[in-house]
Amino acid sequence: MTAIQTTKLTKTFGPRMAVDSLDLSVEQGELFSLLGVNGAGKTTTIKMLCGLTRPTSGDAVLLGDSIVSDPFAVKRKINLSPQETAVAPNLSTRENLELIAGIYGNNQPESAAAASAMIEQFSLEEVAKQKARTLSGGWQRRLSIAMAFISNPQILFLDEPTLGLDVLARRELWNIIRSLRGKVTIMLTTHYLEEAEALSDRLGVMSKGKLKAVGTVKELLALTGAEKFEDAFVSLAVENGKAI
Amino acid sequence: MKTLAFAGRNAKEIVRDRLNLAFGIGFPAALLYLMSAIQANIPVSLFEIDRLAPGVAVFGLSFVSLFSGMLISKDRGSSFLMRLFASPLTSGNFIIGYACPFFLIAVAQSVICFALAFPLGLPINANILVALVVLMPTAVLFIGIGLLAGTVFTDKQVGGICGALLTNVSAWLSGAWFDLNLVGGAFKAIANALPFARATNATRAAVAGRYGDIFPDLWWVIAYAVAVFALAIVVFNRKMKSDVK
Repeated sequence: MTAIQTTKLTKTFGPRMAVDSLDLSVEQGELFSLLGVNGAGKTTTIKMLCGLTRPTSGDAVLLGDSIVSDPFAVKRKINLSPQETAVAPNLSTRENLELIAGIYGNNQPESAAAASAMIEQFSLEEVAKQKARTLSGGWQRRLSIAMAFISNPQILFLDEPTLGLDVLARRELWNIIRSLRGKVTIMLTTHYLEEAEALSDRLGVMSKGKLKAVGTVKELLALTGAEKFEDAFVSLAVENGKAI
Repeated sequence: MKTLAFAGRNAKEIVRDRLNLAFGIGFPAALLYLMSAIQANIPVSLFEIDRLAPGVAVFGLSFVSLFSGMLISKDRGSSFLMRLFASPLTSGNFIIGYACPFFLIAVAQSVICFALAFPLGLPINANILVALVVLMPTAVLFIGIGLLAGTVFTDKQVGGICGALLTNVSAWLSGAWFDLNLVGGAFKAIANALPFARATNATRAAVAGRYGDIFPDLWWVIAYAVAVFALAIVVFNRKMKSDVK
């Protein structure tokens, strides 16, 4: 079943074309990475799919609901880890997690149980009672990502999730993401190509608002004739590629 | 449940900010005791406790605008509001979730203000309960101003507008610190056209047990509160539907 289907999804900011007629299909349970250099349109695409930005034209259907005609139905099924850390500063780690669980409709005992599970899964035990504003950047980042997982979303958007994480925390997050493979549809943006290569079922490369190519790592290597994925990415991000 | 979770978060954010407590409760309390001390040495009818306490209660509520404006503008300035806007919270959940904790804080602030005035000679009677009810439209007005400012301005701008400008305007034009008849003219006309002096007059009438004098001053306050809060809701809804940066 298709989880995300975009049709001619377009966003302009004045004269600037941020996303240009994006046609993309992501299957349920698939881990799809959206790659591109800065300003390629990745974050704008995610913002449209999350109902944070209205498309100028076109539409996207997420698990049967349109982001244009029924954005609230979409919002009940998704969660987002924004590019920047997004936590409530005067709340403790546990309280931040319980807050998001509550906002997604859980009662207090359910929220507490979900928060405990996230604290364990993201190894947040030592900072569970600490106020978010007193946490280091790395801990805040980890908490921010855990807040995206706590609602058990059917579709999860991770916008550069490992930015600012140390190597160990990054590997830990990779393992968590891998454990969700097949269960949750994940759309990931990242500048770390090895991360995209290691985690993704399929990848899409965007450049100047256009989707240049879509496929598995092998397919993109074959398309560009490159030996390394980084070379394939550079070739697609700079030159005109073809969708597979 | 969603609104309750969000409102709970907002209440914690406000109460855990020590500066909020210092300004919201400490500053009006200090003014109450300072003015009472002046009154004890140089008797001025304006600073008699049954006239002073209602003025301080109205002035103290102006800080609620600062708290609410700062919280909303800080949320907007970080990615936190982006996260919330991507959640299934509706604009109604947001507005109730932001307004309710501030309303409770306003009630608590007014109760504390009168409680601190009791040892200074304010009579303990049913009039105080009526005065608390009379203060509620003023609380809604200041919450609405904060909601509006926080939705439109940055936290630095809110600090200037609600922290410096609004508290000064509400202090100067409330009639709490001097009799507006002493200045008269355009100043008095402007003060009477705005809701702050009206709020002070209505609360003083309630404390004095002159219930017949609560209106029409309170109608002015209610009209301003409804208008400002409605405007805040419209602007917030527009902001929510516009592109999140």
